[in-house]
Amino acid sequence: MDLTAIFQAAFALVVGLDPAFLAIVSLSLRVTLSAVLIAGLIGLPLGAALALARFRGRSVVIVILNALMGLPPVVAGLIVFLMLSRSGPLGSLGLLFTPTAMIVAQVLLVLPIVIALTRQTVEDLWAEYRDHLRSVGLEGMRAIPTLLFDGRFALATALLAGFGRASAEVGAVLIVGGNIAGYTRTMTTTITLETSKGDLPLALGLGLVLITLTLAINAVAFGASRIGARYAG
Amino acid sequence: MSAKPVSAMRDVSSILPLTIDDACFEAGGRRLVVGARFTVPAGGLTVLLGPNGAGKSLTLRLCHGLLTPSAGSIRWAAQSGSAKRHAMVFQKPIMLRRSVAANVAHALAAAGIARAERVGRTQEALARFGLGGRADQPARLLSGGEQQRLAIARAWSLRPELLFLDEPTSQLDPAATRQIEELLAGLVAEGITVMMSTHDLGQAKRLADRVLFLHRGRLVEDADAQTFFAGPASAEARAFLAGELIW
Repeated sequence: MDLTAIFQAAFALVVGLDPAFLAIVSLSLRVTLSAVLIAGLIGLPLGAALALARFRGRSVVIVILNALMGLPPVVAGLIVFLMLSRSGPLGSLGLLFTPTAMIVAQVLLVLPIVIALTRQTVEDLWAEYRDHLRSVGLEGMRAIPTLLFDGRFALATALLAGFGRASAEVGAVLIVGGNIAGYTRTMTTTITLETSKGDLPLALGLGLVLITLTLAINAVAFGASRIGARYAG
Repeated sequence: MSAKPVSAMRDVSSILPLTIDDACFEAGGRRLVVGARFTVPAGGLTVLLGPNGAGKSLTLRLCHGLLTPSAGSIRWAAQSGSAKRHAMVFQKPIMLRRSVAANVAHALAAAGIARAERVGRTQEALARFGLGGRADQPARLLSGGEQQRLAIARAWSLRPELLFLDEPTSQLDPAATRQIEELLAGLVAEGITVMMSTHDLGQAKRLADRVLFLHRGRLVEDADAQTFFAGPASAEARAFLAGELIW
């Protein structure tokens, strides 16, 4: 197959809305969106609390969280694998090689990003708002809802960054999902497998979808910061 | 529903007079406010006057409760229950990243005002300060003068007995400054006790009923405005009025 033919076949897959192809795309989105949602529900309040809290060892926690933003996906996958494998502490749940396991692994990847970026955003806002919020009686954790709301545009970007990381990674979902056809096969794991098998059109078609997704994420992030700038003055 | 409830409340259990008794504030081993001792009775406009670094801003923050004195005490005549009944406006207006109306509503919500009541009180405050037409605009896109007016409207909506203002016009042009000064005179006429800091002599002369002159963290002079500007008792205040005292 020459390159032109590969591109044509890949295009046909995308445009033709091939069911197997769509199933892979939709599983990828389901796993990644669930992971981002869960990481957001945990990470936004936790990051804000970390921004306002003062305790011994706080800087150490911040450094570790910042470092975890660069946690290699395969390592995250390995950790979840060890937890969920038959002999692991959560083995009895029988979650290994299921989409749920993939979501858990991706939460582990996205959470540090959400917490670290939320912490930074909220800390900057607090420095600016502190006098007024304390004046109207919003001290400590009572200030968190205000700060999260007023940081909404920056925080949307943080969630999109998490989404970008999760949707692009292959190591974690491959290890804990097992790349089972029709069940735990995502865009990235399929690309890995099909490229080595030589089914280049499918790999390329999924690659096109991934690139489009990345573009869309960045467009939305750009839009969010533009709208944010309007409100920030 | 503007002036009356405030004065009615005052008759029942006013938080005034405010008594500052030997209050000190230290930071980094330096004593920045030293033994401040004065009272703030109900009514009138008190100006904290003095050069930069005199401790004006710190004194206001101590009174408002943003800072805790390292020694001495700050007492209100009556504990005001859940609501605070004193509010503060800062040198640089702190505008939330929301609409003009939402900035007021947020302060009311923080004070525990029920949602149904917030709408009316927000409208009332914006109308009172000429911001009714701006309700839906992002607050941070207002001009500097409008932002400070919104900050005052926001504080006013909380129906304070005592309003603190920290150099409210130092970042504004003369026209906006005049506007804010007129607003403040209006608040005093309405029965709100006002305490503000300034290093602007002209402003102090135009507004003050009473002057507290601070220098290097010490309250050097406490006099009614006419007496003070006719002939201050202290050498520091005389030097300041003559424009010789910068620090």
